Amino acid sequence: MTTLHEEKIKLLEEKANLIRQSIIEMLIEAKSGHSAGPLGMADVFALFYFHILKHDPKNPSWPERDRLILSNGHICPVLYAAMAHAGYFPVEELKTLRKFGSRLQGHPHREWLPMMETSSGPLGSGLSQAVGMALADRMDNGKATQKFFYCFMGDGELDCGQVWEATMLAGKEKLHNIIGVIDRNNIQIDGFTEDIMPLEPLKEKFESFGWHVLEVDGHNFEALSDAVGQAQAVFEKPSMIIAHTIPGKGVDFMERRFEWHGVPPGQGPEDKVKKAEQGLEALNELRTLCGKIKSEHE
Amino acid sequence: MDTLNPKLFDTDVEQLPIRKGYGDGLLQAGKEDERIVALCADLTGSTMTSTFSKVFPNRFVEMGIGEQSMASVASGMAAMGKIPFLASYAMFSPGRNWEQIRTTICYNDSNVKIAGAHAGVSVGPDGGTHQAVEDIAITRVIPRMTVIVPCDAIEAKKATLAAAKMTGPVYIRLAREATPVITTEATPFAIGKAQQVFTPKETAQVGIIAIGALVYNAIMAARELETEGIYAAVMNLGTVKPIDEEAVVALAKDTGAVVTVEEHQVACGVGSAVAEVLAKHQPAPIEFVGVHDKFGQSGEPNELIEQYGMGVSHIKEAVKKVIARK
Repeated sequence: MTTLHEEKIKLLEEKANLIRQSIIEMLIEAKSGHSAGPLGMADVFALFYFHILKHDPKNPSWPERDRLILSNGHICPVLYAAMAHAGYFPVEELKTLRKFGSRLQGHPHREWLPMMETSSGPLGSGLSQAVGMALADRMDNGKATQKFFYCFMGDGELDCGQVWEATMLAGKEKLHNIIGVIDRNNIQIDGFTEDIMPLEPLKEKFESFGWHVLEVDGHNFEALSDAVGQAQAVFEKPSMIIAHTIPGKGVDFMERRFEWHGVPPGQGPEDKVKKAEQGLEALNELRTLCGKIKSEHE
Repeated sequence: MDTLNPKLFDTDVEQLPIRKGYGDGLLQAGKEDERIVALCADLTGSTMTSTFSKVFPNRFVEMGIGEQSMASVASGMAAMGKIPFLASYAMFSPGRNWEQIRTTICYNDSNVKIAGAHAGVSVGPDGGTHQAVEDIAITRVIPRMTVIVPCDAIEAKKATLAAAKMTGPVYIRLAREATPVITTEATPFAIGKAQQVFTPKETAQVGIIAIGALVYNAIMAARELETEGIYAAVMNLGTVKPIDEEAVVALAKDTGAVVTVEEHQVACGVGSAVAEVLAKHQPAPIEFVGVHDKFGQSGEPNELIEQYGMGVSHIKEAVKKVIARK
């Protein structure tokens, strides 16, 4: 992994914006699904699929690849969009999301799309799977392994006890090549995480379980990339990156609102934009932003 | 009968815990295939996982009391090409971690094997909290899951080796107490194949389909009935899923009446599995010996088997009842 230069940041911004547009298009077509989480994680996914991951979209079962395990399966529109834009499958296929016969199941099912590392939906089990993968890899390759096991998790799913079972095990086994990324967007279905089930002090929780913890702005490519680089360099502990993200990021009327957690454009709150116009308005906002970035550089 | 323990009817018949067969099978499987790894949730000794972990400490993961994570960790290991065997008491795995088994193992079609020890009321003094009598129901209902219930330690070893060789999720149900050794090394075993273990002197009037350690009680019941002029054949079902439809149907066709025997709730267990097959292919009256919608309690294993209606006398009673319904 190299450090980010200006050109690369520009490319990542463009990719993240394309991913966001795809997310909105997919959700409009599907008429159901989650909006806020996928938009909030678009920058993180863009960074990983276009900079961090050691992978080969044309040879997805390459044994030496890094593994990216998505634990909170409900944000899969961002996973599907990132994979399609990275070249795993045609971007056109994204519009089949949640439809009968589609490989893009409402929550990821690896049987339909084997280029994903796992199936997910029921929350809290991704980190355990990542730990299992890293343990198996260490049995074969020892500590000299070149592979990293990234687990993307939601903050809401940290309510699940299983997450802490896995956290303890990774700490005990000192799995240095486990790098978790928490989408710290502070919302879950019933409201704000700190009202539903307080998670703070989150950094200290993971530290006390033997993890190296970094907190970053989840929309700042440089900061995120540096954090991953630091996590990769820590050798005696697993690392957790708490990525502070804005749910609904990129679409003004969806940002920071838990009402947009589990609904697609067209079914969200109407106080800012009427239901019938939510899809087009979201796409307009994203496309204008795209234009703005271009004009600034022109 | 050559394939049954020649001392089966002796009072000093050898007794071994079924779980010992798991430990022996796991060790042998581990020697034969280095992809095999073991996981345990703080019950390494009593699940007999220690037989493996002492020889292969680097291929063993001590989970602590984390059954939910154990199922998913195993799934992750399988994704990297390992063949994980995970063990705990059946009450906790597949009891506590059912959803993780369903989603991260079966839905993912992971090559993971689950051993549930201390199943049934014969766990004894520990009481109802530790007596899993629902585990067959919750495993056989999951698509892709194979469910095996060995009748003795020798069969448990064979089942463990067979599970290691097949691809896909398997649940192996084990028991705590030392129970009579019914089979021999020579007894054939194959996943999905039932076996007749007692053939009466005259044409059988009823077929007893038993599973687990209660196969012994079923054989004893059939033997005593013979002296009363009632003829019952006994089949060791071995595998609950996939069920040996052919053998079950043939037995019902030959005898015209069936008694099922299991140390499990009669709802959704082996009796239900047999009834599903017979209702479709060979309708016959059935009597169900097993736990009838109750939780267990403390006591000696034999006391509890009697209390919950799974003793030799109960099986005999069920046979007479089902014959009357023919």
